[in-house]
Amino acid sequence: MLRYSLKRAFSLAISLAVASLVIFAVIEIAPGDPASFMLGVNAQPDTLAALRTELGLDQSKAERYISWITGMLRGDFGTSYTYRTPVSQMIADRMWVSLPLALYALALSTAIAFPAGIYAASRRGKVGDLTVMSATQLGVAIPNFWFAMMLVLVFAINLRWFNAGGFAGWDKGLAAGLHSLTLPAIALALPQAAILARVMRSALLDILGEDFMRTARAKGLSRRQALWRHGLRNALIPVLTIIGLQFSFLLAGSIIIEQVFYLPGLGRLVFQAISARDLIVVESVVMLLVFAVITVNFLVDLAYAAVDPRLRSRT
Amino acid sequence: MKRFVRQGFVSGLALSAALIAGAAWAKDDITIAMQLEPPHLDPTSAAAQAIDSVVYVNIFEGLTRFMGDGSIVPALAESWEISEDGTVYTFKLHEGVTFHDGSAMDAEDVKFSLDRARAEDSANAQKALFAGIDSVDVVDPLTVKVTLTEPNGNFLFNMAWGDAVIVAPESIENIKTTPVGTGPYTLGEWVQGDKIVLNRNPGYWGAEPALAQATFKFISDPTAAFAAMMAEDVDVFTGFPAPENLPQFEADPRFQVLVGSTEGETILSTNNKQPPFDNIKVRQAMAHAIDRQAIIDGAMFGYGTPIGTHFAPHNPAYVDLTGNSAYDPDKAKALLAEAGFPDGFETTLHLPPPSYARRGGEIIAAQLAAVGIKAEITNVEWAQWLETVFKGKNFGLTIVSHTEPMDIGIYARPEYYFQYDNPAFQELMTTLNSTTDPDKRTELMQQAQRIISEDYVNGYLFQLAALSVAKAGVQGLWANAPTAATDLSAISWSE
Repeated sequence: MLRYSLKRAFSLAISLAVASLVIFAVIEIAPGDPASFMLGVNAQPDTLAALRTELGLDQSKAERYISWITGMLRGDFGTSYTYRTPVSQMIADRMWVSLPLALYALALSTAIAFPAGIYAASRRGKVGDLTVMSATQLGVAIPNFWFAMMLVLVFAINLRWFNAGGFAGWDKGLAAGLHSLTLPAIALALPQAAILARVMRSALLDILGEDFMRTARAKGLSRRQALWRHGLRNALIPVLTIIGLQFSFLLAGSIIIEQVFYLPGLGRLVFQAISARDLIVVESVVMLLVFAVITVNFLVDLAYAAVDPRLRSRT
Repeated sequence: MKRFVRQGFVSGLALSAALIAGAAWAKDDITIAMQLEPPHLDPTSAAAQAIDSVVYVNIFEGLTRFMGDGSIVPALAESWEISEDGTVYTFKLHEGVTFHDGSAMDAEDVKFSLDRARAEDSANAQKALFAGIDSVDVVDPLTVKVTLTEPNGNFLFNMAWGDAVIVAPESIENIKTTPVGTGPYTLGEWVQGDKIVLNRNPGYWGAEPALAQATFKFISDPTAAFAAMMAEDVDVFTGFPAPENLPQFEADPRFQVLVGSTEGETILSTNNKQPPFDNIKVRQAMAHAIDRQAIIDGAMFGYGTPIGTHFAPHNPAYVDLTGNSAYDPDKAKALLAEAGFPDGFETTLHLPPPSYARRGGEIIAAQLAAVGIKAEITNVEWAQWLETVFKGKNFGLTIVSHTEPMDIGIYARPEYYFQYDNPAFQELMTTLNSTTDPDKRTELMQQAQRIISEDYVNGYLFQLAALSVAKAGVQGLWANAPTAATDLSAISWSE
């Protein structure tokens, strides 16, 4: 187990190093000067030069890469060009929206997908299965931003159960915070739940055909008992993979949903920073998201090993 | 109680819902939404209009200020005297004005603000406003004397810009996050990415405004803007980004729609140095190939005033020159043939993000194609536009709304991105700048409008409309946008 973990950790470090280079290169190559953006069309050359010096943009790209990386290793993400506040503080503030939103959506998605997938697998080929499968087909096909708009139309504009967007703030209490995250979480969760339910179903069906399942039935277990005791645990591997991917997606990929619901999260921060060419913010947030994605995958790898002992020896 | 009931199902919310409902009935607070969030709150060191939309005449004030009708009136300066030769302005400041931190606003602060804006290392985005200032002298605590190098008929207008507000040396260091001004509102809270809350300043020197608190929310997505307004999450949306939805608000008694004018001349900017646009016949041909009304209807859903020159139609000195470039595709083809392009030519069309450009660009490209000009569309972000089009001058055509007030002077700058170089026009502008007599100024401005219209420097499309949606009970909103501002002191609730 230890060797397996170390090996995984090493590949994690390599991935991060490569990612940092790619992120920096891509963002720096994109045309657009942060100083010109901030000062607009009537800026005079000496004003621009003064601002560029102030922001450290007059240093070479190599120097800036090194100071960015060494800063990050020390936990210093730099200072935003436009907002003039430390990037780490901005990320921390936004994280309080994005992370709960991703977890909320993941919880919803799992809560819907597990029963739906298990139910469909246990009723294979019957009406129940067909209903669940067509519903998930629809769920996969619907783009989440469109679904989000429909939710707003029904629950915010017509029924008035929720606000059309915005975040109440955790200082107003847990209930108020969750209340304002509910529609976005549903919009994010349903398409994910549809995918997850399908994966759950097919993983279970694969398992049901295995020899050990027949043995379990032969030993006297009912179909349901066999499914719960032996089937589920074995079906979890592909499901965990998808959950891992989905969490990364939910954290990094909520940019559009955060726009639709104007939530002050990480996605919105990146969106604003890209258009303002606030390079340091974009670089740091993207790096952080990469870190999150890679770490989640690392944890999923470890979870495999926990679920499936065969992986531990196969190092 | 309706609101209470519908939110009451989430038990924990009952109390807060009651509080919200209670506050709404008292009606001395307001939630105002706009598309863009200010990057920071210092209007003297950035071009972002979103900063002015929040802080101008709310947190910060200048010597003079804009009113909603575009007129310039005294603000921190109670009165002024102008010397015979027009070069010395002596401002008398209001007595008893204090900054939000309690310190007095006096002539020293005015001197500090103006000197800071025109200093060598100044980060002011409109440094040119201060270029003609030779010296700023403190006469006594309430009198300040500004000496200009030459007469400047625009000086009082320039001092009204958000870039010329009065700031204090004691609070300048953190001005971007903790702005300290003299205005009727102070910064309450800024949740970045979400909202800015302003509170009434109890120590304000002028009349007490009706609203005790204003919350600015930032909603960039047009669909979200529509939803937020419809769900009554916000009371006002200024610069409403979805003109296609306005009829729906107009038909709804809960709302009012304000359609006004902005300072934004929307033009098909043309690279005058790049062949074939260096040929006036080609530019004239393009002008006749464009059907302005079709663009206004198709891209702006009918909101916008056609213009024939680079000047705001609501300005008294405006001349309607749209006749110079009436829609006439046959004439356009003939002119192209005369210029040596009977089969047209190919060029590029760079489109920045706003919908006037993206939607308008598609229509213009089709209209140009009808006379044989193939314009290849490239969509660009603002930062990229600034880099390639504005700075690099590497473009054929682009669509952009020039939103600075009274900016016809850009045609006197041959290095400006559309590269119009006409010595006669440049001389005219020099004369205009040093003329203070209003009638003479009007005459010169009209002459300037005619020159650029008859030279077909750019394709003049329309004046961008100021579109706002508000709840029916909100009064005192500016319909027009003579400058980026949300004048909270003028706003109140009826009943």
